[in-house]
Amino acid sequence: MLDKHADYIAAYGSKKDDYEYTLSEYLRMSGIYWGLTVMDLMGQLTRMNQQEISDFIKSCQHDCGGVSASIGHDPHVLYTLSAVQILSLYDNVNVLDVDKVVEYVRGLQQEDGSFAGDKWGEIDTRFSFCAVATLALLGRLDAINMDKAVEFVLSCMNFDGGFGCRPGSESHAGQIYCCTGFLSIAGQLHQVNADLLGWWLCERQLPSGGLNGRPEKLPDVCYSWWVLASLKIIGRIHWIDKSKLRSFILACQDEETGGFADRPGDMVDPFHTLFGVAGLSLLGEGQIKDVNPVLCMPEDVLERLGLHPDLLS
Amino acid sequence: MFYRDRKEWADLEPVPQDDGPNPVVKIAYSDKFTDVYDYFRALLKNDEKSDRAFTLTAEAIELNAANYTVWHYRRVLLQALEKDLREEMRYITAIIEDQPKNYQVWHHRRMVVEWLNDPSEELEFIAEILSQDAKNYHAWQHRQWVLKEYKLWDSELEYVEQLLEEDVRNNSAWNQRHYVISHTTGYSDPSILNREVQYSLKQIKKAPHNESVWNYLKGILQDRGLSSHPGLLEQILELKETHCSPYLLGFLVDIYEDSLENTSGDQVEVLSKALELCELLAQEKDTIRREYWSYVGRSLQMKYCSDDPSTTSSQHESPILGMKP
Repeated sequence: MLDKHADYIAAYGSKKDDYEYTLSEYLRMSGIYWGLTVMDLMGQLTRMNQQEISDFIKSCQHDCGGVSASIGHDPHVLYTLSAVQILSLYDNVNVLDVDKVVEYVRGLQQEDGSFAGDKWGEIDTRFSFCAVATLALLGRLDAINMDKAVEFVLSCMNFDGGFGCRPGSESHAGQIYCCTGFLSIAGQLHQVNADLLGWWLCERQLPSGGLNGRPEKLPDVCYSWWVLASLKIIGRIHWIDKSKLRSFILACQDEETGGFADRPGDMVDPFHTLFGVAGLSLLGEGQIKDVNPVLCMPEDVLERLGLHPDLLS
Repeated sequence: MFYRDRKEWADLEPVPQDDGPNPVVKIAYSDKFTDVYDYFRALLKNDEKSDRAFTLTAEAIELNAANYTVWHYRRVLLQALEKDLREEMRYITAIIEDQPKNYQVWHHRRMVVEWLNDPSEELEFIAEILSQDAKNYHAWQHRQWVLKEYKLWDSELEYVEQLLEEDVRNNSAWNQRHYVISHTTGYSDPSILNREVQYSLKQIKKAPHNESVWNYLKGILQDRGLSSHPGLLEQILELKETHCSPYLLGFLVDIYEDSLENTSGDQVEVLSKALELCELLAQEKDTIRREYWSYVGRSLQMKYCSDDPSTTSSQHESPILGMKP
């Protein structure tokens, strides 16, 4: 069904009259990242318009160096990462003023090592991940205080081995992905209690085979990514029942429209399409390119960049 | 009435959406949305700081509360125009009631609370939101921030217990329990630790198949020794007869593992019980996680089995090659 999914994504970019598309303008940069990455994983990146996208990204970089989700929006580390990821796919990061991007990211680091998302100061381990992922792709990890950054992320480790958005926050698979990804890039995975966290993560699997994000919640195909990638990073991906998960992910496809939904029968969207396909890649699906579990980008792109974030075995 | 038809807005040139590439085809999306956002973009472009701009941000938010740029702008205006922050609290309260699962609205509220330096409404407000969805992640983050920042711990444990009465499987509430106790009494005092252990066991009796309580129990004991907590093993073995679950069996494995780790002397029986449980879990009681249980069994075997041939052969390891078993 990969062709159907590719058709869905290729068409999505052109539906600019769509209400949902308009409503999601505030995350457009990430939307483009999701679409392009899944197309690349399916070997269909060439169907997307590189020049237009590069021009768009260029016009989203602000004077402070940060990148916004779309034209006329304010810069944020989330969209700065997405922009750098997109340009990395195209091997063209110099569309942006890289030094300014680095300055912007550096400026978001707080005294306690945490990172704000933007000038308004929201703190979240998601932003720690975005910061180091951005800098890793640009080869500029030296720009921040890594020791302090690590200290903050570790302070978000909970009694169950998981991580939340700030110290004390409930463990959540999305945050765990960000923190294990962060620790991988920082070369600090040995600080994770892999058995304890691995257990918490494999507990996410429900009888249906799908994965949830925290205890007693519903499964969602995007957790096939957050949970599975985390398990891969800490070397315990085999603790998931793979065939049951695969069945669940495939059931989230829409055979008519293409694309994946959060769970079987719901509406599809590019976000869930990427994470469904990326999840299948981690499960070893032959027709999909290998995806890197830390950066959620094709391995061959990272190969080209010489990036090999640590994984535990 | 559309902004484009209002006399008092005639001085502004509306700015259409510019997603960059292809020209926008404005067919399906609502006229009102286009109108409001065209004028929002015009205001931004001129960096206008006026009451009419402030009023428009509310309309823009109503149409798309996730648009973080609109929230930014509203905050800039709140400060520039020295708006009444109490009124803003009423406003953000209404917005959150309507759309409680949105990062921007909670962050905005936090900023207003900080500017006012007044948390007096927060705990009640958050409780109200949690009464609609007791696991709202944003609400819990905000609550944790309020408690810590303003040191409002006094009634929180009571609140957590109330939530757990309503839904003993609420993982957020269990996390909060840990948060409160960690920030107040801590768990070092044996009577507090035991209180929590007994509380957990009580909840287990009510609902044996509950991930959260078992994770909590393990979490509070793991650094203090599962196997050395007085009477715990006996209580668990008792529960096994009447309130068994895969979680209980897994917890027993954890206790046995802790015992193997921290007790000297012959532990053949303990090891054998642990291995038996791992086998049971892998084959029957928790088959979806059979790989995990097999791993645990193998690890225990490798570490504690005294007649494991590989450990005896290590005594003959070649000093030159330094081969490990």
